[in-house]
Amino acid sequence: MLLQSFVDSASQTHPLSGTVAEWVWLLPVLPLAGFVINGLLSLNSARLGPDDPNTPDHHPHSGGAAEPSVISRGEQAGDVGDDHHAVKRHRWAGVTSIVGPGVLIVSFLLALGIWQAMAGVHMEAPFIQRYFSWMPVGDLQIDAALQLDQLSMVMILVVTGVGALIHIFSVGYMQDDPGYPRYFAYLNLFVFFMLVLVLGANYPVLFVGWEGVGLCSYLLIGFWFNDKANADAGKKAFIVNRIGDFGFLVAMFMLFANIGVLDFIGVNAKAVELGTGSVLVTAICLFMFLGCTGKSAQIPLYIWLPDAMAGPTPVSALIHAATMVTAGVYLIARSAALFSLSPVASLTVAVVGAVTAIFAATIGLKQWDIKKVLAYSTISQLGYMFVGVGVGAYVSGMFHLVTHAFFKALLFLGSGSVIHAMHRAYHTTHRDEDAQDMRNMGGLRRYLPVTYVLMWIATLAISGVPPLAGFFSKDEILGSVFARAQGSTLASASWLGIPGSTLLYSIYVIGLITALLTAIYMTRMMLYTFHGPNRTGAEEERHLHEAPWVMTGPLVVLGILTVVGGWLNLPEVITDNAPIGPTGILDRWLEPVVGAATARVSAGASRVPATTEEMLMGIAVVIAVAGIVYAIARLKPARLVPKRDAIPEEGFEGVVANKYYVDEGLDRAIVTPTYAISRNFLWRVVDNGVIDGLLVNGSAALARGFGWIGSRLQTGNVGIYAWVLVVGVVALLGAFTLR
Amino acid sequence: MLAESLALTAALFIIGVIGVLIHRNAIIIFMCVELMLTAVNLTFVAFSRFYGAAGQVFVVFVMTVSAAEAAVGLAIIISIFRHRETVNLKDINLLRG
Repeated sequence: MLLQSFVDSASQTHPLSGTVAEWVWLLPVLPLAGFVINGLLSLNSARLGPDDPNTPDHHPHSGGAAEPSVISRGEQAGDVGDDHHAVKRHRWAGVTSIVGPGVLIVSFLLALGIWQAMAGVHMEAPFIQRYFSWMPVGDLQIDAALQLDQLSMVMILVVTGVGALIHIFSVGYMQDDPGYPRYFAYLNLFVFFMLVLVLGANYPVLFVGWEGVGLCSYLLIGFWFNDKANADAGKKAFIVNRIGDFGFLVAMFMLFANIGVLDFIGVNAKAVELGTGSVLVTAICLFMFLGCTGKSAQIPLYIWLPDAMAGPTPVSALIHAATMVTAGVYLIARSAALFSLSPVASLTVAVVGAVTAIFAATIGLKQWDIKKVLAYSTISQLGYMFVGVGVGAYVSGMFHLVTHAFFKALLFLGSGSVIHAMHRAYHTTHRDEDAQDMRNMGGLRRYLPVTYVLMWIATLAISGVPPLAGFFSKDEILGSVFARAQGSTLASASWLGIPGSTLLYSIYVIGLITALLTAIYMTRMMLYTFHGPNRTGAEEERHLHEAPWVMTGPLVVLGILTVVGGWLNLPEVITDNAPIGPTGILDRWLEPVVGAATARVSAGASRVPATTEEMLMGIAVVIAVAGIVYAIARLKPARLVPKRDAIPEEGFEGVVANKYYVDEGLDRAIVTPTYAISRNFLWRVVDNGVIDGLLVNGSAALARGFGWIGSRLQTGNVGIYAWVLVVGVVALLGAFTLR
Repeated sequence: MLAESLALTAALFIIGVIGVLIHRNAIIIFMCVELMLTAVNLTFVAFSRFYGAAGQVFVVFVMTVSAAEAAVGLAIIISIFRHRETVNLKDINLLRG
């Protein structure tokens, strides 16, 4: 290939050179090719129009329930008798169904091959592929380069693996939508940018991916842009993310200004020059963290994620749960060398993560929209990950990222399966009800048995019930917080006057409370969705069906991953007592990337005794089980009424149900004043007054004035012209004579 | 001898200029312009007497051109008079800005 001729010869000595890892460029290029193909196919429909004018009017998202068109397929037309609903699929739907998921599957297989090659060699230094010089400006030398190391490998496997499963699920979920090829074009483009993000060898390349996934997120949230609410949600996500990106950019500028490099190897090598604990490194880290709060939906920039649920459910699973929103966690793990230098910034990350975790969990307790529950749950779990990377336990943060990708993707896809069934039922009977509201569900386990079982597995995993994936990763984060509180550079630092040790113990307690809340709200969601009597409606009940295999298949795979994901990083305290597998695979795998930074943070720490660790683990399990038992004991799905008949919550419950009125508060504090300033000052004064009045009309008046003076000279009287002529000649002659 | 000749032609030329400037009648202005041309011709003749015949040649050219100019100029004045029944320049100012 052409690209390979640009490969820097310096990388030839690396153990991975000459192996399949040389093909790393193909990983992002494959989804990009998928984007081009599907994008071209979608243009075709735009010209010809997706719908035959002769078919009955059939809008897939009528009635505000922003879910796909669900129609009767051939095999169902007989038993539900609604074959009059035949919708014309997109003419290229067949091609898209193969190309869209196909590129992801090939990409995943290639990623597996590269992983094999990496596992076979011992590599301490990352494998860098330079393709061309991107920004050679004086001292600023930025290459378009990809970096393959243990950290990016983990992310690649998650992005392509979970991504491929979600792509396959999307085939079943979206194929009857008129914008099917457009959907897959965006989804493939997203994967391309996500891979650029995790593979970039320097901050600017990472930033390209960072912005690209933001763009795709915007496009997919507003996928059904005919509904203004969806388009607004997309805009909100985009604008809120820009605030964070500003911070990220400032961090990059400061890095370049002070150490003159932006590639990860250079930054890792030169980070110490910034000075341990200096104000400068703290500022860089905090600005970078501002970028993370935007992308990963942490306080104060979390507000966009719940609204992002306006997009198709597989999008929520891929972008807003499994991959894109975890980019902030990846960024901090990637910049571990910087964050480990600044205890204050690290503690800030941990505090923000912990507060976000508990804050979002309380809101999740009172949501009725099944996807909103999962959205707040995602924010809360992302908070956990930030606690992990904040206390310098970078591996535990990444571990939770991976397991969370498994079980949260499973939960979202499961909710997609539920919504699919609900929407189809309401669609068949032409009732205009909310297909995502849990008050309209109930008792779905009889109709969706596969989804029911798999979602319970994921619920137990996220609650932290052993031996599922979530238990191990969450426990590792909490254990790390406890260990750091006992003695580390963080514990001896102080944050806003609070001793680090006290702060870390508080974060540990907050983490435990959040675990309890997580168990309660997830069990609540399961109870209201799948248990108790059905509230969908007598007529609709007959039309509730399990999703086709193309949707349940990925669910089953994710279910298996949710069960075994914990084996990625078993803690020593378990393998010592019960030899169920190797200890700390992920710990050893990521050691070359984050080992030094972790050691720097935990300097001076003493090992937590095994008995204490066992006790902590026991507390976590007891809390998880207590939450589930409490929810089952207290919540009675039988007492629920459908959304239509429900009365709104009052008092504090109402405040929580309305998300603490944060959106309304921000509206008053920021949006309304911005509008007012825009209208009264920027528009009326600056635009109308200065720009239109002074500059545009002012220059016109100036030209007109000079023109008027000039026209006065043109009297049309030859005599005056003659006088002027003579006077001019005399003056000229006089000037020449007197010179 | 040359000084007196040039003084005469200068006097003639200035009379022509003043005539152009102070008169309103197009015919008179026209005649004053001719007077200026004649004054210039006389200058050429005076110089040719001291510096060779080139001045005489110029005079022939100037007379040819001024004859052509007189024909066109008078034609224009007649045309204006037919339209506006006046040759007073004060009344002819259609090109006023």
